[in-house]
Amino acid sequence: MTPVLVDARRLLCPMPVIRVQDKVAELGAGTLVEVVCSDPGALNDIPAWCRINGHRVVETRISGEEYLVILEVGEA
Amino acid sequence: MTQQKKAVALISGGLDSLLAAKIVQDQGIHVAGINFFTGFCVEGHTHAIRKKGRDKPKRNNALWVAEQLGIKLHIVDIIEEYKQVVFNPRYGYGANLNPCLDCKIFMVRKAHQWCQQHGFDFIVTGEVVGQRPMSQRKDTMPVVADRSGAEDRLLRPLSAKNLPPTLPEREGWIDRDKLLGLSGRSRKPQIALANSFGFEEYAQPAGGCCFLTDAQYSSKLADLWQARGSKQYELDDIMLLKVGRHLRPKPHFKVIIAREEGEGNFLLGYRKQYISIISLSHSGPLALVDGDVDDKDIELAASLVARYGKGRDEAQVEMEIRTPAGASRPLKVRPLLSSNIPEQWHL
Repeated sequence: MTPVLVDARRLLCPMPVIRVQDKVAELGAGTLVEVVCSDPGALNDIPAWCRINGHRVVETRISGEEYLVILEVGEA
Repeated sequence: MTQQKKAVALISGGLDSLLAAKIVQDQGIHVAGINFFTGFCVEGHTHAIRKKGRDKPKRNNALWVAEQLGIKLHIVDIIEEYKQVVFNPRYGYGANLNPCLDCKIFMVRKAHQWCQQHGFDFIVTGEVVGQRPMSQRKDTMPVVADRSGAEDRLLRPLSAKNLPPTLPEREGWIDRDKLLGLSGRSRKPQIALANSFGFEEYAQPAGGCCFLTDAQYSSKLADLWQARGSKQYELDDIMLLKVGRHLRPKPHFKVIIAREEGEGNFLLGYRKQYISIISLSHSGPLALVDGDVDDKDIELAASLVARYGKGRDEAQVEMEIRTPAGASRPLKVRPLLSSNIPEQWHL
């Protein structure tokens, strides 16, 4: 399944989380979402947001100056 | 069986909102958190931009608080709506451009609307009588309740015994005897309470969590409004005010000069919106020019930027001038002497 992309580059905390939150609200359980950020804090914040809201982090990765988080949308 | 009552707690990420939510949660209330992003929130921005200290762990304190409490957190982008609070605060500004009382009214009103939309019963905040000079006074806290529309559905558990009983207390959803009567600016009772709950670490931002309480930041925002002839801003404007040295050599333009590599990388992202300047002949900072400028202005800006590079003591350095469209040209300039940079240029 191709993940739904959220481009949160150039956004600082907490805007990447807000972008993810708004996108996830439109998606069904099981959907994969790939988030690309330039704020390194996203590697902490997006997984924290996933934990408290019942979503699963599949992968986090650093690619040069970019930070990637892939998550799976949980049950509402 | 009675239905479990539900409260939404304003979570700033600081200690008071953590404790207030915890007190209510411990009385069997279902608590959800709400956090508002105005664009002026201090939350980690400088840390995120600057290279220095990137190895230190960074977290969003509101998310961290929610996780400690085991509650959901809804982060709400209020950047656009919040502008009217900043531009025209009914109750005026504090020591700087901080419209604290209007801000609190606005946030409680938003939380109240959220409650109505989501079937929640009341609102919880970490306010303490006498803790803040504007929004947390005995005479202004009722104003927040009234003007926000929340009225007696606004509960301040840390200071409840200093205030009239609210609906949750009168209806018996909350036991008033288990609420507190804190007042004043001392943090000792909160720290003791945190210890009793087993919270060993928590954020205690010294100057609050809003850049508008910062004198230097407010001065830069006031300069922006003056230069534009009216109170206006976009998110990029207020983000850029947090970054770099800001100098205004002429009323119609200013120069934003990165102070270190991380800021330079951040400013790089704005090169399609502003004229940018960087040294070609020596290492030096990236700078942006904000304003309508002619060639003479560009030369002055380049000389100024050269002052902050390694070639500052040279007779001449070569700079690159790049337009937002991407066209670049070299420009040879003499770096300004520090004695030729008047103090009033610094914002």
